[in-house]
Amino acid sequence: MILSTLFLGLVLGGTYALLALGLSLQYGIARIMNLAYGEFMLLACFAVFMMFTSWGIGPLWGLLVVVPLGYALGWGIHALMMRPLLKRSGGGGRLEVDTILATFGLLFVVQGLMLVSFGSDFTSYSYLDRGIALLGTTVAANRLIAFVLSLVIGFGLYAVLVRSRWGRALRAVALAPDSAYLVGIDVNRLGRQGFALGGALAAAGGALVSMFQTFSATDGVVFTMKALIVVIMGGVGNILGALIAGLLLGLAETFVAAFIDPGLTLAATYTLFLAVLLWRPTGLFGRAGG
Amino acid sequence: MSLNSRRALLRALPLALVSSLALSAPLAAQDETVTIGYAVSKSGPNATGAGITTIPNYELWVGEVNAAGGLEMPDGSRRMIEVIEYDDRSSAEDLVRAIERLATQDEVDLILPPWGTGGNLAIAPLMDRFGYPQLAVTAVTDKAPDFAARWERSFWMLGGGHDYATALVETLSAAKEAGTINDKVAMISVADGFGIDLVKAARPAFEEAGFELVYDESYPLGTSDFATILNEVQGSGADSFVAFSYPPGSFGVTKQAITAGVNPKVFYIGVGGAFPVYQKISGGAQEGVMSIGGVDAANPAIQDYFARHTETIGAPPDSWASAVTYASLEMLEEAVKRVGLDHAALAEELSTGSFETVLGEVKLEDNQLRQLWWVGQWQGDSFVAVSPADREGAAAPVIPKPEW
Repeated sequence: MILSTLFLGLVLGGTYALLALGLSLQYGIARIMNLAYGEFMLLACFAVFMMFTSWGIGPLWGLLVVVPLGYALGWGIHALMMRPLLKRSGGGGRLEVDTILATFGLLFVVQGLMLVSFGSDFTSYSYLDRGIALLGTTVAANRLIAFVLSLVIGFGLYAVLVRSRWGRALRAVALAPDSAYLVGIDVNRLGRQGFALGGALAAAGGALVSMFQTFSATDGVVFTMKALIVVIMGGVGNILGALIAGLLLGLAETFVAAFIDPGLTLAATYTLFLAVLLWRPTGLFGRAGG
Repeated sequence: MSLNSRRALLRALPLALVSSLALSAPLAAQDETVTIGYAVSKSGPNATGAGITTIPNYELWVGEVNAAGGLEMPDGSRRMIEVIEYDDRSSAEDLVRAIERLATQDEVDLILPPWGTGGNLAIAPLMDRFGYPQLAVTAVTDKAPDFAARWERSFWMLGGGHDYATALVETLSAAKEAGTINDKVAMISVADGFGIDLVKAARPAFEEAGFELVYDESYPLGTSDFATILNEVQGSGADSFVAFSYPPGSFGVTKQAITAGVNPKVFYIGVGGAFPVYQKISGGAQEGVMSIGGVDAANPAIQDYFARHTETIGAPPDSWASAVTYASLEMLEEAVKRVGLDHAALAEELSTGSFETVLGEVKLEDNQLRQLWWVGQWQGDSFVAVSPADREGAAAPVIPKPEW
C-alpha cells in the first residue's frame, strides 16, 4: 500500500515537474514571467495530436518536431516581443511588470488562435494507454514514460547548467545579470537562449502530458497555475528545485488522497506550498541557479 | 466584446444592395429582420461547454430558419433572423453587461440564454427586469420551482441534481433486486456545484434503497489523477462505481480505469459521459458506461436531428442537453408563429402551450421541462436513455457492463 502510493505519487510528481521546468528557466534566466506558458504547452499538445491522428506519428517521435519548434517560437517571441521591453526597462522591477502584462496579452492571442483553429471541444487520443503492473499497482505506460523523461530532462539540464561553460554563463545571467557583462557574457543573447530553451521544454512537457490527459484550447491557465506553484516552491530558475518540488507535490497529493481524504489534496498542495515559503521565502533551493 | 462578423455582414449586405441599386429606404430592410441576441462563452473555461451544447445549436437553428425564409410571424409573413453575438469570456460580469447592452442599446427582439447554471442565474433578474422570456436550458438546479415563481418569464429546462441522482439510484436498485449487482457502492464526487448537489441527493437515496456506501469521497475541482482513488475503489468490493464528475474528471477517471483494468459492473460518470468525444476518450470501449442524460436513439426525429447537426456543424451533438437546447429553440419558433414577438404574449404561450419538438410533444409544467431523460448508457454508437424506465423510448440498461 505505502509502496504503491509512493510510486503513484512519484509518477504524478514527475508530471508536475515536467510542467514546471520550462517556466523555471524562462523566469530564472530570461527574467520573464511568461503567463502564456500553458498556452505554449497546449500548442504542443495540439501539434502532436494532429501529427498522431493525421499522419500516425507517435507523440514520442513528435517530440523531435515540437521541441525544436518550441525553441524557435520562444526565440522568435523573445526577439520580437520581449526585446523592446528589455531595452526599455534597463533592468530592475519594471521588466517583470512589463513582461507579465505582455505575456498576459499573449495568452489571450494564443488561446484565441487555438479556439479558431481547433475549436473548443475536448481533445484526446490514445497512445501507449495499456497498464504496466509495478510495485503492487498499475500505471499507464504513457505516464511512466513521462515520469522517466521528466527525470532525464531534469537531471540532464541540471548537469548541463552545472558542468558546461554555457550552463555556467546561463547561471551567471540568472544570478547577476548586471555583473555578467563584466566577464564578457552577452546577457541579451543568453537570456534569449534561456527563454527559447524554456519554450522547448514547454513543448516537450505539452507533448508528453497530451498522451494521458484530455485537453482543450482553454486549458492553458490550468497548466500555468500548476507550473507556477512548482517553480516558486522549488526556487525560481532552479531546475533541481523544480524537479524536487514537483515530486514533493505529487507525493503529498497521493498520500493525502490515499490515507486522509481525496477532498484535501488541494489543501495539502497549498499547505505544503505555504510551509515551504514560510520556511524558505525564496523557495527550496533559493535563488542561485543550478 | 467583439461584434460578430455575421452581424457586420448582415449589416453590410443590405447597405451594399442599397447603394448598388440606389434604393432610398435602407431602414425598411432592417425593419423586416428579427434581431436575436445572445452572449455566450467563446473563450475562457466555459468555452468548452458552450462550444459543445449551446453555440452549435444556435447556429444550426438560425441557419435552418433563415434557409426557410425566416422566422414565421402570426400573419404568415417571414422575417430573416439577424444575430448579435457577444463573447462573455466566461465571466459573469461581462455576461451581465452584454445582456444589458443587448436589451438597451441593441434593443434586440429576443435574447437567447448563455451556457451554464451560473450564467443563467446571473442574468435572470436582468432578463426579468427587461421583460425578455428566458429559456434557461443549460441550467441544472433543484431550486427551479422557486426561480420559475420568482421570475415569471423564466423557464427551466434541465431538471435538478436531485432528479438525476434519485433516478440513478432507482436504476441501480432495480439491478440489485434482480440480483445482478451487490449492495455495495463506491462513490466519488467533485467538490463543486453540480457534484455537491448530486452527491447530497444520492447519499440518502442510496441508503434508503438499501445500498451500502463502502467508499464515499469528494475530490477537488481540477484533479487529473485518479490512480489512488481507483486503487481504493478496486479494493472496496463494490459492484457499482459512481462518479459525480465534471468533464475533465469524467475523462480522466475513465482513462485510468481502463488502464488499471478496474471493471465494476456499473461504471457511472457525471458530465461529459454523453459527449460524442467520449467514444474517442474511451478508445471505443464506451459500451455499457452510464452517465447523465441520454436520447431516444430509435426515434426518427432524434435521428434526423443528429444527422442535420452532424452535417451542418461537422460533429454530432451531445446526448444530454443538446437536443433539449434545440427543442427550446423549436418552442420559441413555434410560439413566435402563434403570438408574434410581444414578450408577455410569448412568455404566456411558452408557459401554457404545447409544442412539437425533437423531444416529441413538449409541454412545460410550472415553467419547467420535466420530460427529461435522467440516466443514459452507451449502447453501440449511441448514448441511449434508460431512465425513467417506464417512459416510451427508454432502453433496458445493460448490467453488468462488459469489461473494458
